[in-house]
Amino acid sequence: MEPNIAVAVDDLTVAYNYKPVLWDIDLSIPEGVLMAIVGPNGAGKSTLIKAILGIIDPIAGSVAIYGKPYKKQRDKVAYVPQKGSVDWDFPTTALDVVMMGTYGALGWIKRPGASQKKQALEALEKVGMLAFKNRQISQLSGGQQQRVFLARALVQNAAIYFMDEPFQGVDATTEIAIINILKELRKAGKTVIVVHHDLQTVPEYFDWVTFLNVKHIATGPVKDIFNDDNLTKTYGINYKVAVQQ
Amino acid sequence: MELTDFFTDYTLRTITLGTAVLGAICGMLGSFAVLRKQSLLGDAISHAALPGIAIAFLITGAKDSNVLLLGALVSGLIGVFWIKGIVSKTHLKTDTALGLILSLFFGFGMLLLTFIQKQPNANQAGLDKYLFGQAATLVESDVTLMIIVTAISLVVILLFWKEFKLLLFDKNYAMTLGFNTKFIDGLISFFIVLAIVIGLQTVGVVLMSAMLLAPAAAARQWTNSLGVMVILAAIFGAFSGVFGTAISATQSNLSTGPVIVLVAAVFVVISFVFSPERGILFKQIRLIKNRRDLELQKTLYFMYDIVRKHDDISRPHAIKILNNFQGFTKGTLGKLVEKDWITIAGDSWSMTGEGFHTAANLYNTNIPES
Repeated sequence: MEPNIAVAVDDLTVAYNYKPVLWDIDLSIPEGVLMAIVGPNGAGKSTLIKAILGIIDPIAGSVAIYGKPYKKQRDKVAYVPQKGSVDWDFPTTALDVVMMGTYGALGWIKRPGASQKKQALEALEKVGMLAFKNRQISQLSGGQQQRVFLARALVQNAAIYFMDEPFQGVDATTEIAIINILKELRKAGKTVIVVHHDLQTVPEYFDWVTFLNVKHIATGPVKDIFNDDNLTKTYGINYKVAVQQ
Repeated sequence: MELTDFFTDYTLRTITLGTAVLGAICGMLGSFAVLRKQSLLGDAISHAALPGIAIAFLITGAKDSNVLLLGALVSGLIGVFWIKGIVSKTHLKTDTALGLILSLFFGFGMLLLTFIQKQPNANQAGLDKYLFGQAATLVESDVTLMIIVTAISLVVILLFWKEFKLLLFDKNYAMTLGFNTKFIDGLISFFIVLAIVIGLQTVGVVLMSAMLLAPAAAARQWTNSLGVMVILAAIFGAFSGVFGTAISATQSNLSTGPVIVLVAAVFVVISFVFSPERGILFKQIRLIKNRRDLELQKTLYFMYDIVRKHDDISRPHAIKILNNFQGFTKGTLGKLVEKDWITIAGDSWSMTGEGFHTAANLYNTNIPES
């Protein structure tokens, strides 16, 4: 039986100041995979996620989430932005940030109440941050901040999770904690798409992979396509040496 | 004027109420401007309002403050619109766009003001009060307008609290949740422009941005909660208004606007030095204390090293043997006694059970929790 297609990207092209960042991307991601997007700096990995989520307007192409435009499927999608994209000195607490994950379901003006708070506390517990719920976010370590962001996405209770470099600047303990949560999500039938930098851990963490360098190079199961040929095509140098060190 | 008049004089009461309300609304909305990292936007808007005032006067020929403020509102909004347009349509950064619009509009406004002053119309005098503000010209209807605008912004802030917080903290995330971020952004900008415009008559184009920023910057020092910050900023702003008016009323020849801004600046200085968590003073004190604690621990550990070589931990040792140790001073020894970690008898010291226990666990308990 053919699996459902969770995300379908069709002819997507994005440009900043006339310079193409993503060129004619065709990509389909089946439901229930834990997928890494890999590629060198400036390959457009974050841009791909942002374009799928409608944060950036593409100059051409379309995106479908379970066959429908993203705008109609927002409740099925959760997003973990890069940790560095926000000001962590903002006057708020860990719990408050996680509560933001409930805002989309709440809609305009309605305020979060007891049930939203309960959801947020559960998510904090899942990422092992319950003890820090009232901590001001600037007083959290980098790994803890990343966990708070992850908890905020978990609260959205989505079917598809997009994560922009969730392992950036976190220690080994946090990395293992995060990957375990991602694997749990996959086990629950969710689709998880992660911008990832560390090629060494791709086979261990993920079952699918997308190679990207402005153009789409390959997408498929890690065991089939994570090879020297695709790595070389993506990074432009012979990666055999680098990976096997 | 005497201080007692301050409470009995009707005009002065009106002015005080006006400056207090103005301070409160500026503090509230200023918090959003500061957290949005758009502190300079207020400066650009207030300067951009000047040509609107002049043009409104040229068209109507009247000095009715409501009409002039409407002109200020329109040209302030045009300024904001242009700034956002420049940033999104060109490669220029926000600070450049702000600087451009600020000087362009202000220059044009000054040109119009000089033109108006040369007119053979007896009515033109007094328009320059919008440059530095003149609180003395506030009348009851002006204050009523301020109260209405403040009430409306309060309602809007309460209604859209969740949306404002989300946008200020993480705009992209707000977009993915389906919120119209352009609308929220525009709403915040609109009310900031409104607050600036109603303050022009009192504080003036040049100093208006300080009213917006100073209370908010001061409030940020005292709290880690957005709600408390907005309330505190409103209180600081209101007090700046009241104190500023009182000071300028009791001294002759002190204009109110600048005094209010100076009082607000005093709030900022006090907050930056004395606030318990973020203040410079307590940070420094914590730093010195931490350093002393470390010295103390180093000395204790050095002593522990000596003590643990013997079976009897409370066996006395000569103080002299510590002389070669860098962390050691007479003071540290006293502090160690105070903490009951050691006892001193004559020229020798001996470690207590508690001291031994503390030293043994020193580097276990010091590992920060992850």
